[in-house]
This record gives sequence, structure tokens and C-alpha cells, in this order.
Amino acid sequence: MRSFIEAYCAPKQEIPRRVYLGVSALVGLVLLAGWCLLAYSGLVRPDFLPTPVAVVQAAIKAIENGSLLANTVFSVSEIMGGFILASIVAVPLGILMGSFKVVEAAIEPVTNFVRYLPVSALIPLLILWVGIGIEEKIAVIFIGTFFQQLILIADVSRLVSHDLLDVSYTLGADRRTVVTRVLIPATMPGVMDTLRVTLGWAWTYLVVAEIVSADQGLGYFIMNSMRGLFTDRIFLGIMVIGLLGLLTDQLFKLIKNLLLPWAAGR
Amino acid sequence: MAGRAKLVIDNVALRFEPKHGPPVTALDNIFLEVGENEFSVIVGPSGCGKTSLLRLVAGLIKPTEGAIYLDGMQVTKPGKDRGMVFQSYTLFPWLNVQDNVEFGLKIGGLPLEERRDISSRFLAQVGLTGFERAYPKHLSGGMMQRVALARALANDPEVLLMDEPFGALDSQTRALMQEMLLEIWQRSSKTVLFITHDIDESILLGDRVYVMTARPGRIKEMVEIDIPRPRTVDVLTSPEFMSIKRRIMRSIHEEATKALG
Repeated sequence: MRSFIEAYCAPKQEIPRRVYLGVSALVGLVLLAGWCLLAYSGLVRPDFLPTPVAVVQAAIKAIENGSLLANTVFSVSEIMGGFILASIVAVPLGILMGSFKVVEAAIEPVTNFVRYLPVSALIPLLILWVGIGIEEKIAVIFIGTFFQQLILIADVSRLVSHDLLDVSYTLGADRRTVVTRVLIPATMPGVMDTLRVTLGWAWTYLVVAEIVSADQGLGYFIMNSMRGLFTDRIFLGIMVIGLLGLLTDQLFKLIKNLLLPWAAGR
Repeated sequence: MAGRAKLVIDNVALRFEPKHGPPVTALDNIFLEVGENEFSVIVGPSGCGKTSLLRLVAGLIKPTEGAIYLDGMQVTKPGKDRGMVFQSYTLFPWLNVQDNVEFGLKIGGLPLEERRDISSRFLAQVGLTGFERAYPKHLSGGMMQRVALARALANDPEVLLMDEPFGALDSQTRALMQEMLLEIWQRSSKTVLFITHDIDESILLGDRVYVMTARPGRIKEMVEIDIPRPRTVDVLTSPEFMSIKRRIMRSIHEEATKALG
């Protein structure tokens, strides 16, 4: 233990990949072991904490009757709808907002007002306006992610080095060229990171919206399981959301490395 | 405009009013002429406004008073006739070395084949043949500045503006870069306006060295460097170098003392 700390625990120090994976796996196993211990020893009642096996069985059942897939597909399409819509508007607008003071003056005050409104507070209003269907979920996700994306992407754009723009002018670029050939490419790594982070938030808003009112989706699946005290199904729903999050996160990293190899490792 | 001067900085002043505090005169009463093919160096303490002066020439900022002329035409905005190398690393990280060097040529609409010809020629001059496909993140600081120099030269500017381009490099690398720059300049005879706070560098490189004062920035003195060319870093130990250095140091020292006291 002493030598482990000695060898690998300096601030910002790189560690070998096998040590990295080993530590990750160890923590995973410890968590699983803790869960087993609590569940199988009877320390916690089974209707509060299901056993891992019960969750796997619930998973098999939910896969067989198709409810897991249907609800997952439904939630994922809601997420994609809201998230893609928000991103399509927020990315260009955020880049302009961070680099053009006029755009900033026009948009930032409103954004900062809306940004601090909890989206959950708007859900009742949205239900009144657009009902409880997929449109409402998309609206919730849109409002929840759009304004955050706008602020984060504006910051990315603001942080693009002035010298990078100036050197482009001295190479003969006009304003339009500076925006399209320099400003936009320079923001891309930051934009990808922002999208990756905000996609995680989108899941939160979706589940909140589904728990308030829905008849399909993973949030609904969880809520409905609670009504029958099916904690194994609740666990299943939570785990599927977690796994989907992990998957999309990795997917984003992969896309970033493929599209922006020059920024890899930043 | 006056005589055969390529670049004329005519009685330029730069003032600005900060939100808090009194107005600042960054540059005042600057008059400077750079002849065709001449290597002029401005040397001065940090904060004397020498970078602002270079940015004025580049057209990136506008003077409060006076005007700047290139070949008799007043400078009003940045343009590719005034190429610039910055102290900070300004390569485009998403472009490889070759595409960085060709940036100006490409937006100028030059066909690919001609671009490749030009970029390989200048990459050879800065000793980076073989690095065409490398991305900036894989290059050292010295290599990045060499690409930046090649990029500025590839555009064939009338004047090359250099803002302490070697300031962030270690002293060995800096010496190599200075010799490389001398060699390239010897061959191309570009008109160069170079800024530094390093007195040795100013004497080694320049035909003329302008000593700048701080707050407000003014040209205090012009020193002709008559050390014969071609020069190498061996110049740095010659007696004539020493006597020029003494003169410039004394001049700057007076200013620094004034600024402190």
C-alpha cells in the first residue's frame, strides 16, 4: 500500500493503463460486493433493496415481454428530439454570442433569466400548453439544455485566442473568412465537450418529465414499478439509464477523436 | 511621402481611456522610417508600447493621431501585404503544417499545385521538410515559430512584422532561430520590422535599432548597426558589438531608472 501510494499518487501524474483499469475494476467490484452483502445478508429488506440476481431476472423478463426495449426506444427518441433541436440552435447562436458583442447584448440577459428557472417548475405550464405527449418531453429537454448550452458554448467561443483571429487578418482573411475558417473550427473541441456534458443533463430532465406525467419511457417504467413495489424493476430502469449514459459518453469521445483528431487528448 | 522609405510611421500617437483611472498615452510622437529591404528593430522595456506599435502597423488597431504609410498608401486595416509573426503560438491547431503555411494562399484562391510548391519551398527554408503532415500539437515551440514564419513568408508580404517571435523559446533554440532568420533574410531581403526586449538580439539582427522609452512610449534614439553581414551569433562577442550594446544599455537603463523613480 505504501509503495502503491509512493509510485502512483503524485498530483497530475500519469499512471500505467493496467493500474488505471485495475483501480476502476476494483471499485466496481467493491460496490457490487457491498450490494450483495446488504441484500443477501438480510440487513436490508428485499422490497427496499433487491438482490443482483433479482434485477437480472427482472431484466430478462422485461426484455422477453418487450417492455424494456419499447420504453428505452421511446425515451431515447425523446432525448434525441429535444437534444438535437436544442443543439442545432444553440451551437451557432452560442458561437456568435461569445464573439459578437451585439449578439451577446441581445441574448445574454434573457438567457441568464431563463437559465435560473428550474425546468421542473415549467413542466405544469408545458403540460397545459402542449399536453403530456412526446412534444412536452421534447419541450422540457429543449428548455433544460438549450440555455445551458448557449452559455457554455458562448464561453468556448469567447476563449478563442485573439491572436489566432488577428494572425488570420494579417494573412489576408476578411471577417467572414475569419468566422468560417478560424473561429468556428477553433470552437469545435469545446462544442463537442459541451454537447457531451449537456446530453447527460438532458437525461435528468427527461426522467423528471416522465415521472411527472407519461405513459411510456424509462421514467414511466421506474415510476410504474414503484407503484407495485417492484424495486428490482426500479433498479433495472436506473441501471439502463446509467448504461445508456455511459454508452453515449463513450460514443461522444469516439466521435470527437474521429472528427477532431487534432484535438485528441485535450 | 518621404523619399524612398518603404514603411513610414508618421507622428503616431495612441491613447485610450480605461473604464477606471486616467487616460493612458501608450505611444506618443512616434516617427519612424523603414527603408526597402531594411531590417529594423525596436528594442524597449516591457510595457513601452512596442507591441501596440506593431499592431498599429499591421492595421489591427488604429492610431489616435498620425498615420502609417506603406509604399505611400495609408494603412487603414490589416492586409496580407503586412505579414506578422506573433510571440504567442498562433498556428491553427486543426491544420497540419503544410495547410498552416498555405492558409493565406488558399484563401487568396491560389491553385493547389502552386500552393504546394510555395509551401514546400518555405518549409525547406525553415528546415521543416518532412513535417508537412504533422499537427501543431506534435511540434516544439521552436518548430511552431518556424512554421509561423514560413506561413508569413509564403504570403510574400511587403513587410514582415515580428513581435518578439523568439521570446518564449529557450536561449539555445533562440540562437538557432536567430541564425535561421538572418539566413532567410539575407536571401529574401524582405523589409522587416522586428520587436524585442533583448538587446543582443536587436544588435545581432538589425540594420537599425530604435530604442523605445516607456510611458508614454517614444522613440528615444536610433542606432545604426554597421557590423558587416552576413552575421552569425559569433558577432555577439566582437568588440564593436560590445560598444554598441553598452550604448543601448545605457540608454535603456536611464529610462528604466526614470520609470522606477
